[in-house]
Amino acid sequence: MEKPKDVLLTPIFDNNPIALQVLGICSALAVTTKLHTSVVMAVAVTLVVGCSSAAVAAIRHYIPSSIRIIVQMTIIASLVIIVDQVLQAFAYEASKELSVFVGLIITNCIVMGRAEGYAMHHDVKLSFLDGIGNGLGYSFILLVVGITRELFGSGRIYGVEVLPLARDGGWYVPNGLMLLPPSAFFLIGLIIWAIRTWKPEQVGKS
Amino acid sequence: MEHYISLFVKSVFIENLALAFFLGMCTFLAVSKDVRTAMGLGLAVIIIQGITVPTNNLLFQYLLRPGALAWAGEQYAELDLSFLGLITYIGVIAAMVQILEMALDRYFPRLYHTLGIFLPLITVNCAILGGTLLMIQNEYNFPEAVTYGFGSGVGWAMAITVLAGVREKLKYSDVPAGLQGLGITFITVGLIAMAFMAFGGIQL
Repeated sequence: MEKPKDVLLTPIFDNNPIALQVLGICSALAVTTKLHTSVVMAVAVTLVVGCSSAAVAAIRHYIPSSIRIIVQMTIIASLVIIVDQVLQAFAYEASKELSVFVGLIITNCIVMGRAEGYAMHHDVKLSFLDGIGNGLGYSFILLVVGITRELFGSGRIYGVEVLPLARDGGWYVPNGLMLLPPSAFFLIGLIIWAIRTWKPEQVGKS
Repeated sequence: MEHYISLFVKSVFIENLALAFFLGMCTFLAVSKDVRTAMGLGLAVIIIQGITVPTNNLLFQYLLRPGALAWAGEQYAELDLSFLGLITYIGVIAAMVQILEMALDRYFPRLYHTLGIFLPLITVNCAILGGTLLMIQNEYNFPEAVTYGFGSGVGWAMAITVLAGVREKLKYSDVPAGLQGLGITFITVGLIAMAFMAFGGIQL
């Protein structure tokens, strides 16, 4: 029997959804130019994964296996619509910045992957913890990339100036590449390198 | 006509779904080990994208948009069903994938066997849903949606074929242990994306 604590904590470093399972990368790359959007996205995804895994686990004995994808999709889509509406109501600016990526949580493979790979065979409590754990693993990468890109790209962290920019009389010349899409690929590539050097057993066969 | 050619080129190169918007990354990284399978998947994405984007465009215009139900009578003219958007689009995509799978199996068994496992995977490919959502955001009309759907599919297929080509060559290079496999793939995609950024700002 798996311990609830392990279920919650393994996905963060040992079995990280982004770095090891290659899931949910699309949004991880696109929303990380600023820490604020990364935080909103991380919270949204963690909540959706946790709740959808719990919901799928709760009705897993009643889902015929031939239509399980559609059932999971419907549950996930409903949760994402709730998140989308809440964001539009209470965090309109953030929801504008995230644009289509809130909707794309539906097709975020982490959500689908956990529902299909874990929640279909485990009880509600473990599935919920597993969902939250994977959400946290995703959040971890998102926050690291978000902090790096915002700090070096615009000299700020969470909108607060840390490195005074040369433009405004300070000394730091921002690295424009950090604000452009390709830098996210490089950063995630380097994070994967770091994790795999730390834990060599994760090195993939190529 | 020029407008549509310009939109097509824009959706293939400048606003490439994979390399400028990072959509469909999971399959993009997982299924790009060799060129043949990558092209098969690319073909499937072009077909599905070319069907679902226009379909969702019609649904949005005549069903979900604020005031879209005016054709059904006065009393429906003020309804705004746009909050049902996400669940409708994903439903359409899942249904289309299923129908295409059955149709191919019946009429083009060879193509069906080539595409095989990729078809169901496409339902959860963010490029498909992303294409629809971007189409809604840019408020394209029907002919524009047809062009955009087809163009963005072609762009994605091209990107995955290019990456697969690079990865086939990479097999013979000496990569540091921790960077092998996934790590170096990310960095390769970053470099390809940088090359694609040169198209940015081109106006036709």
